[in-house]
Amino acid sequence: MSRVVRFSLSLLTALIASALVAQDVSSFEKKTHVKTLANGLAIVVCERHEAPVFSFYTHVDAGSAQDPKGETGMAHMFEHMAFKGTPTIGTTDYAAEQVALQREEATYLTLQRERLKRVGRDPKKIEQLEKEFVQAQEKADKYVKKNEFSEIVEGQGGQDMNAATGEDETSYFYSMPANRLQLWAYLESERFLHPVLREFYQERDVVFEERRMRTDSSPIGRMIEQFLATAYVAHPYRNPNVGWPSDLESLTRTDAQRFFDTYYVASNMTIAVVGDVKPDEVFTLAEKYFGRLPAKPKPEDLHTTEPLQVDERSITIPEPSQPIYLEGYHRPDYRDPDDAVYDGISDILSDGRTSRLYRSLVRDKKIAVTAVGFTDFPGVKYPTLFGFYAIPVQGHTTAELQTAFREEIERLKTRDVNDVELEMVKTRAKANLIRGLGENNGLAAQLAIYQARYGDWRELFYNIDRLQKVTKEDIRRVANKIFTPTNRTVAVVQTVKPAAPPSGPGGGQ
Amino acid sequence: MRERIYTRNIPDPTSTPNSRVLAKCLLIGWIIVSACGLLLAQQGWQQVPIPPLSSFKPQEPTRIQLPNGMVIFLQEDHELPLISATTLIKGGSSSEPAQKVGLISIYASTWRTSGTEKKTGDQLDDELESIAAKIETGGGVDTTSINFNCLKQNFDQVFADYLDVLEHPVFLEEKIALTKRRLETAIARRNDEIDSIANREAAKLGYGKDSPYGREIEYWTVAAVTRQDLLDWHTRHFAANNIIFGIVGDFDSKQMESRLRQAFGSLPKATPYDPPKIPVVGPKPGVYLAEKTDVNQSEIAMIGVGIRRDNPDYFAVRVMNEIFGGGFSSRLFKNLRSKQALAYSVGGGIGAGYNHPGLIDISMGTKSGSTAKAIAGLYQQIQDLLKNPPDETELKQAKDSILNGFIFAYDSPDKILGEQLTYELYGYPKDFLERFRGAVEKVTSADVHRVARKYIDQSKLAVLVVGNPKDFDKPLEEFGPVTKLDISIPTAPPRPVAAGGGR
Repeated sequence: MSRVVRFSLSLLTALIASALVAQDVSSFEKKTHVKTLANGLAIVVCERHEAPVFSFYTHVDAGSAQDPKGETGMAHMFEHMAFKGTPTIGTTDYAAEQVALQREEATYLTLQRERLKRVGRDPKKIEQLEKEFVQAQEKADKYVKKNEFSEIVEGQGGQDMNAATGEDETSYFYSMPANRLQLWAYLESERFLHPVLREFYQERDVVFEERRMRTDSSPIGRMIEQFLATAYVAHPYRNPNVGWPSDLESLTRTDAQRFFDTYYVASNMTIAVVGDVKPDEVFTLAEKYFGRLPAKPKPEDLHTTEPLQVDERSITIPEPSQPIYLEGYHRPDYRDPDDAVYDGISDILSDGRTSRLYRSLVRDKKIAVTAVGFTDFPGVKYPTLFGFYAIPVQGHTTAELQTAFREEIERLKTRDVNDVELEMVKTRAKANLIRGLGENNGLAAQLAIYQARYGDWRELFYNIDRLQKVTKEDIRRVANKIFTPTNRTVAVVQTVKPAAPPSGPGGGQ
Repeated sequence: MRERIYTRNIPDPTSTPNSRVLAKCLLIGWIIVSACGLLLAQQGWQQVPIPPLSSFKPQEPTRIQLPNGMVIFLQEDHELPLISATTLIKGGSSSEPAQKVGLISIYASTWRTSGTEKKTGDQLDDELESIAAKIETGGGVDTTSINFNCLKQNFDQVFADYLDVLEHPVFLEEKIALTKRRLETAIARRNDEIDSIANREAAKLGYGKDSPYGREIEYWTVAAVTRQDLLDWHTRHFAANNIIFGIVGDFDSKQMESRLRQAFGSLPKATPYDPPKIPVVGPKPGVYLAEKTDVNQSEIAMIGVGIRRDNPDYFAVRVMNEIFGGGFSSRLFKNLRSKQALAYSVGGGIGAGYNHPGLIDISMGTKSGSTAKAIAGLYQQIQDLLKNPPDETELKQAKDSILNGFIFAYDSPDKILGEQLTYELYGYPKDFLERFRGAVEKVTSADVHRVARKYIDQSKLAVLVVGNPKDFDKPLEEFGPVTKLDISIPTAPPRPVAAGGGR
């Protein structure tokens, strides 16, 4: 099929798809409603009566970028604590437990102070305090009804209960049978009205295991941590969201409470509910339950802005594992007028087997098994990075990948993308939007995120409109703006020790 | 009968322990007063009313069988202007030759990407991407598959391409080479991440290193696969009576049915697929160590033989799994994670396959320095499970989780379609899901205890540890003789003469 025919074909379908999107905004407006409670909490409700179930997504506008100094990992640590219950859930005797928890905390703070002393640290005293701390911990633990909060949700049919902490935001979500709407409103509001941070120090150890799994024991995890610490010098995006080990092992329950008091305020939270629910009913329940959260001003945002990079940065990470290549370029945050242009570039480079990087590095040059360019790493809320990542085919080097990436970047900077490519991106974005509307949980996440980030869930649709307006000139202009050597950070995983010698013939166990 | 199962009202929880809490508060001194006030001001969660779940009769797909034996399921879903479909063809990696392990991977990756006589795969990529449609092929243990997904208005174009790929694949050498490069690279990297080692070695221990369920792709088995093998596979398996087709989306079933009859009615018939008989003997008990020096966490997995899903004990096993290692409220999670803080990732139970036994897989990740402690902890949990039946509270919690969440097994037309395709493939009754619900309701504490004892025997488990032994809290020999697994990546096959090496 000739290019011309293909192009007109895609134009036609683009027109049809465009009509579909317009229709969807208006049909969505009929079934999607927003209400901001007096305390500032925003609720988005979208009706989808396909089955008697619903999903929700609670979005808290604080992520690891909000971790206080010396407390990296705190946003994530608090996320874990939000499963520990309340004064009525998770305890056999709250009053007695509170006394025990206070004792535990006082002991821990004394211990920590002693441990951190530069002069006059007393090992005996530390040993004694450690003993006391363990005893205090055991005492408090006696009152705990393990995981009662989760047990209620699961026992009532809750599905896929989980939470996530990113650099920008923290989210909590699950799905429930529709007749548990009120129970959900009760549980979710209680959890943020008066969370009890019980089992804090045990959970800190659990989180440390999470760090070992995701970062310490994984070559990719180790690389990403080093890469971000290299790409950023000032902004907290330089810190791992699970926390640096030394910070993580000295977080305290007092710190966590302070973090909660500052960031988990109604005006900093957005909730979306999608499914077999009636908006009026959700709003009434929201008033009743979430209306109890105290009204406090939205916390002040970060001051730190990443300064302009002065020269290329790079890091080589020696590893026993196979090579990996990653490079990134600073780009503005999601409110930048060119935000959609970055989406377009990323799609042209990476989406599917028609993408430039696949065709060039994987199919034609045969040097990579995976090669992608991606926008918005590690976050979106603050100036972030546009990254390139590749895994070389066995026998090829990361230097070859680097050269190939640079050629593709040069092509973006010096030659217009062709119309077919650009049209493909636009059509795909519209179709993907439609595909995303058919699932309660995915839709709840999207609505909450867009409502929180832009103050209007409709931006989910307008974002696609903005992408439709991206031109070839935009792509060249933006590529020339950010893809410069002095704006670049490179990380390479380099194999230091050859893989263990192949076992000879007959070499079994 | 079916209606009742789906429309059944879920009883409200009745207990009201709030009064007990209140009484206790009144007995203790002033410090509690504020807490009491708190309790009075709000009600406990049990006080929150739960109305009956509104009646819901999910729409079952229509099943038709063509004269040539092909089975078709149609499921209308008019919510969005989309249509998607999948074709399952019987026969997968469980019947690929041992010297050509990876054949199905290569087949699945090159079937669609090579395209047909009419259009190359690259041409298809261009055309489909320009209308945001997908046609993709896949391969699994028991089937190969080809599916599509498109906007409704592109159906004609996409379906024509789909049929062409389905019936006339060409398997281009260049795409075969591309896939082989990817597989060889994956082999070279298979020891980089700890979980990939653990998953692989667990399957090898559980099913045997030569079993189709446990064996690995190797450099020489990838090299041995030829284009002719792929063409032969297609010729052998592509026959109407080996195919199950399911379609879901925004269409009219009557019209679609005649369309499909026209498209598939003339497909040839062949001798029905005869699935391989694969014995599952289970692991050789003992402790196995795969050493990895660049980690500070051990991955531990206790492996044994599970059951098939058509086993009448499946329902009790499902409840047992929920109690033992299912969600946040399971024993493993509560005791080893929340209480002892030994793990972030912990869970497991008795696996159940549709046509062969799944594996018992009880696993956790723990810091190197608590490896022995974690193994002892897992043993303790297993012993507790075998010693006493669960109490009524635990049983109720587990059954409530399954039954109250049951609606999520059929809350969308495509999930229901997916279930029906699976039942058809493995010859399960089409009302298996409904039977499941009824059977779970009847499971007793004694049933749970009985199946735990019947299927789990600590002395028969293989204990796999992937980790860095120099940092372990105790040598693994504490738990019995240790077999060191050689995970180095061989470049040539072991010579058959040098037998005795393999297990």
